[in-house]
Amino acid sequence: MSDFDDLYRDLILDHAKRPRNRGKPPTANRAATGDNPTCGDNCTVHLRLDDGGRISAIGFEGSGCAISTASASIMTTQLKGKTAPEAETAFAGLKDILATGKPPEDFNELAAFAGVHAFPARIKCATLAWHAALEAMKTEPASSS
Amino acid sequence: MPFAALRADFPALHQTVHGKPLVYLDNAATTHKPRVVLDALARYYERDNSNVHRGLHALSMRATDSYEAARARAARFINAADPAEIVFTRGTTEGINLVAQSWCAAHLRQGDVILTTEMEHHSNLVPWQVAARRAGATLRFVPVAGDDAEHGLDLDALDSLLTPQVKLFAFTHISNTLGTINPAAELCARARRAGALTVVDAAQSAGHEPLDVRALGCDFLAFSGHKMAGPTGIGILYGRRVLLDTLEPWQTGGGMVASVTYEGAKWKPSPERHEAGTPNIADAVALHAAMDWLDALGRPALAAHNHALAALAAEMLAEIPGLRLLGPRPGEPRAGLVSFALKDAHAHDVVTFADQDGIALRGGHHCNQPLMRKLGLTGTTRASFYAYNSADEITTLATSLRRIVKFFGSA
Ligand SMILES: Cc1ncc(COP(=O)(O)O)c(C=O)c1O
Repeated sequence: MSDFDDLYRDLILDHAKRPRNRGKPPTANRAATGDNPTCGDNCTVHLRLDDGGRISAIGFEGSGCAISTASASIMTTQLKGKTAPEAETAFAGLKDILATGKPPEDFNELAAFAGVHAFPARIKCATLAWHAALEAMKTEPASSS
Repeated sequence: MPFAALRADFPALHQTVHGKPLVYLDNAATTHKPRVVLDALARYYERDNSNVHRGLHALSMRATDSYEAARARAARFINAADPAEIVFTRGTTEGINLVAQSWCAAHLRQGDVILTTEMEHHSNLVPWQVAARRAGATLRFVPVAGDDAEHGLDLDALDSLLTPQVKLFAFTHISNTLGTINPAAELCARARRAGALTVVDAAQSAGHEPLDVRALGCDFLAFSGHKMAGPTGIGILYGRRVLLDTLEPWQTGGGMVASVTYEGAKWKPSPERHEAGTPNIADAVALHAAMDWLDALGRPALAAHNHALAALAAEMLAEIPGLRLLGPRPGEPRAGLVSFALKDAHAHDVVTFADQDGIALRGGHHCNQPLMRKLGLTGTTRASFYAYNSADEITTLATSLRRIVKFFGSA
């Protein structure tokens, strides 16, 4: 497999072309935006934490490349039901994969991002949504909904 | 193409990228350098290397002569009246900052206006934002017209914008994002009638088009060596002599002083007063070689070559499904670049894909974020052309783009 095919794996292209959880969920009451200053892309993550501090709703908005869109999309599917510490752990797992290019055996869908390792300029694309999500979990909930 | 033979003179072009011959279409960011420029750089260090202006030995005199010859060459290159009107800088950005700091500190007052345009590179926007904030002045913008910026600057709006409060009008000669060629002489004339000084950003024109500061009628003009077959780290600020000679220096130190006591110092006239410290001698000398190379080639012929390639590219790319072309429409005058957005593929994905085909493009906001926002984009993909590019390379680009549309397309 070439570096290129490894970057744009089928799973990534699938999520890039048909992103899951795009938009603001109606019940979401926390949000944060991440910016990628090198390309001007941005990603806003909206979410709601239940009484146990678990993500009960999550969605994202923004414009980005295939890598950042797929990363945001896969992230939303991974983070549903997770607490902030669990989300931190999941993100640490992704960062390891990006840093080494070698996911642990039988890792979850985040393993698809291993190919980004060979494209250092694109690593920020793969982490943009995660930074926004973790930031959103720390914000005060909007009082309304 | 008659220019095809030139490729042999550019060592960096003869390489493969991902197993494909390099197709270098990122010339608006920086051009490659011909052998004569590389040789001039090496020759300077191998033979003349010395500090300028302060030495009496043979090497120092040779270095000084070479450095000043480069200045005189630059004056001829843009038809300045006097080499003292040429200040060596690090590049366009530094030249604009020099004016924004020195001139604005002395002359810009609360309530004054700096006029610029909606199509400026951040280098010709942010320095004015800072200068305006310091002085309590405001910035105004000549609008860009058309959904795809296809109508260029809205010149009808210019007269109402050029009020007596406008002290300075800073605009780009050629847009690095759109390929629009602005009517620089007309803009300078209208500013002058309104009593405003003009600053022309010639980063994208100096190495591509004939350039004559006296025909343009500008007060200041800045450009970069690395975008015109010269080395990085060297650029030129032109200023009319009466302006440069009275402008306070923005940096002080050695080389720019006429006399110094413990208490104070007096400045030399221009250009020395604006060149504190040891200048970039070697790159000035290499830029001299680049200007010679450009004029041996002939700038009118080079401009025609680049415009023809861009016209061909605009025409071929406009036929690609889902491609939104920015700037002039196919068939209209266009500088040597095309900038576009694809419906289904983000600029960074386009650049990564094209790179696999050996094609060097640029994707992103091109240091033009406000314009991107106005056009409803976060970025575009840009292909920009130079002397060594060919029509065949544009066919390669178009083929690659069609494959990109298929690869990322939702259909
Ligand atoms: C229109 C324009 N202005 C200014 C600049 C800045 O030039 P430099 O980075 O060489 O100072 C550029 C280069 O990107 C440009 O295209």
